Amino acid sequence: MGLIVKDRDIVVPGEVLATGMDFLPAGGSYRDREEIISSQVGMVLVENRLIKVIPLSGRYIPKRGDNVIGKVIDITFNGWLIDIGCAKDAMLGLKDATSEFIERGADLTQYFNIGDLLVSKIINVTRVKSADLTTKGPGLMKLTRGTIIDVQSSKVPRVIGKQGSMVMMLKEMTNTRITVGQNGKVHVSGFDPEMEILVKDAIKFIEKNAHKHGLTDEVKKFLEERLKGKKILEKKELSKETLEKKENVQEKI
Amino acid sequence: MNLVKNHIMSLVNLGKREDGRKLDEYRKPIKIEYGVSAKSAEGSAKVFIGDTEVIAGVKMEIGTPYPDTPDKGSLQANVELLPLSSPEFESGPPSIESIEMSRSVVDRGIRESHAIDLNKLCIKEGEKSWTILIDIYSLNDGGNLADAIGLAALAALKDAKFPNYDKKTGKIDYTKHEEELKLKKIPVSITVYKIGTKFIIDPILNEEGASDARLMITTTEDGRVCAMQKGGIAPLSFEDIDKMVEIAIEKGKELRKYL
Amino acid sequence: MYKKRFDGRKFDELRPMEAKVGIIKRADGSAMFKQGKTIAVAAVYGPRELHPKFLQNPEEGVLRCNYNMMAFSGSGERVRPGPSRRSKEISYVTDKALMPTLNLKEFPGTVVDVFIELIQTDAGTRCAGITAAAMALADAGFFMRDLVSSVSIGIIEDQIIVDVDKEEEDYEKGMCDMPMAFMPKSGNITLLQCDGYVTKEQLKKALESGKNACNKIYEVQKMALKNKYQGELK
Repeated sequence: MGLIVKDRDIVVPGEVLATGMDFLPAGGSYRDREEIISSQVGMVLVENRLIKVIPLSGRYIPKRGDNVIGKVIDITFNGWLIDIGCAKDAMLGLKDATSEFIERGADLTQYFNIGDLLVSKIINVTRVKSADLTTKGPGLMKLTRGTIIDVQSSKVPRVIGKQGSMVMMLKEMTNTRITVGQNGKVHVSGFDPEMEILVKDAIKFIEKNAHKHGLTDEVKKFLEERLKGKKILEKKELSKETLEKKENVQEKI
Repeated sequence: MNLVKNHIMSLVNLGKREDGRKLDEYRKPIKIEYGVSAKSAEGSAKVFIGDTEVIAGVKMEIGTPYPDTPDKGSLQANVELLPLSSPEFESGPPSIESIEMSRSVVDRGIRESHAIDLNKLCIKEGEKSWTILIDIYSLNDGGNLADAIGLAALAALKDAKFPNYDKKTGKIDYTKHEEELKLKKIPVSITVYKIGTKFIIDPILNEEGASDARLMITTTEDGRVCAMQKGGIAPLSFEDIDKMVEIAIEKGKELRKYL
Repeated sequence: MYKKRFDGRKFDELRPMEAKVGIIKRADGSAMFKQGKTIAVAAVYGPRELHPKFLQNPEEGVLRCNYNMMAFSGSGERVRPGPSRRSKEISYVTDKALMPTLNLKEFPGTVVDVFIELIQTDAGTRCAGITAAAMALADAGFFMRDLVSSVSIGIIEDQIIVDVDKEEEDYEKGMCDMPMAFMPKSGNITLLQCDGYVTKEQLKKALESGKNACNKIYEVQKMALKNKYQGELK
């Protein structure tokens, strides 16, 4: 009777985690008579009498209040369909897109067009698990520069860090603007394209080492190594030629 | 306005790529495994270029030669972009993209280079000849499937041996293989992509999406071009094509070393 | 009496197995399973939007399995590409073999696509496909009450054999071929087919043998899944 596995063990569906009635299944596990059985591939977390299995993979499940980054894939008569990487596409309604009044029959592409990337907030999750979004609010907008980095949604909390400490450090050390979407999309934008690449590499480093303790210090060391001898280019320092090259390319599109 | 496309174009314009490679550098590692379906196929191979993975197999059958080439065997290539390998590929009959790849990357490259001596495939003039059937499947699309597919087809042919054929009974014994197919030439396809005003090879997915024009060029060991196919909606200038062919000849030599 | 197996195995001995998880990076989940010379690869995409809309189930997600043999994977001539009656039937029973472990009520209106490709075949292909697909679904993070393990049990001249290979399948004097699949924890059966004569007693013994064999296969699947994540956690 009791625990069969240890805290932090990796388990698979069908594996017995504990026997007897002392423990309660919570998340990623279920009870079958005398046994608690795993229903996920994941890591065991024992908290007093609760046994959880934290899934190590899987798509993002939309939650109210989450900030997400998604791509417009369709325009309907009452709003925009957004792909946020979930099973079901999300919906941005007319009234939630902007504080302007949008007339019926107006050309919606002047606000957001197909292919546009938006930072939005989930205001509701329907019964069929599709998200309703809004772009009205601080930090919510269409993205126009920079690039998007994909992160496993289970690792997003590590990219943000306690009270945002990790992402704050990334921003400061690379002089970039970073927005983290709970759905596993991170937007980064800076004047120096090398810094955008560095943020991408740092995030891949975080993903790989997400389970380690003292990750913030490790990431700091990683960034310091890469930044050795490099001067981050500010807008005024980028050579006129380089700036022009960048701007020309952006305008032509 | 496409954000990521802009970003890639800005980077390439500065001679940079997201993963730190040079514009004319292949991903590493490049790996070729031979005989991956040795029990069933006459020849088979798997090719890895970075994350991109492709598998090819060769089967040989006996049929009647075409009436206008009674002393030659034949060659047939089939590329399938499997829905297994990418969320973008759909189930069903071959898409136009896979048909284009079958014809340009494999058919044209191998046929026009005379890599296989089709006369050697003749068993009895006008009556019996070998048909070489190459099937190539994408297993993971990490970008630049085209070059991986070309390489895999070649590797599978290099690995191929004829099944034993009894002239008296006319029966094929698929359990015994002795004679090698032997390639006369090694045609290598390199696809060069134009992004902005620069050229890159071996694009990852984001980079493919940032390019509006590409040219696939197949070259043989002696540096001669034997097949080409332009893709994408944007036009190419004479200078563009000149530069792209130069890149393909040089990179072809490099890629050929892996076979 | 079938005294000795063609390849010298014991009657209850499985062919050497190999399994690897996460081999197709673009997929949500993937796995490779090798049983003797049979090699199957499976990839899972989903849950994702299902089009056209009329195929959607408003109560729960739909599982859609697609079994296919690569053209060069057969032992004789080339296999013509495209779905055949056989591959459609195998796709269908693969669906039914995996459904009992899944709970797709969390994803109404969506589809979970499972693609199974055979790279090389030496009998037991649908079984290898199911075994690989179960790992791929687990790898994709789906809620699964249990994994599913599958093997082919045969009867040649009254002798029960485990993990039939092609030579045995083609045995000229006839044999009974029974592909089956189990949920290892509960021991319940999710796939059962039978081609050939079998008595009630033989059936009972065959199911027992199948269950034991599948428990061994489950260990291989478990190891492959753990190896992927343990590797990441080092």
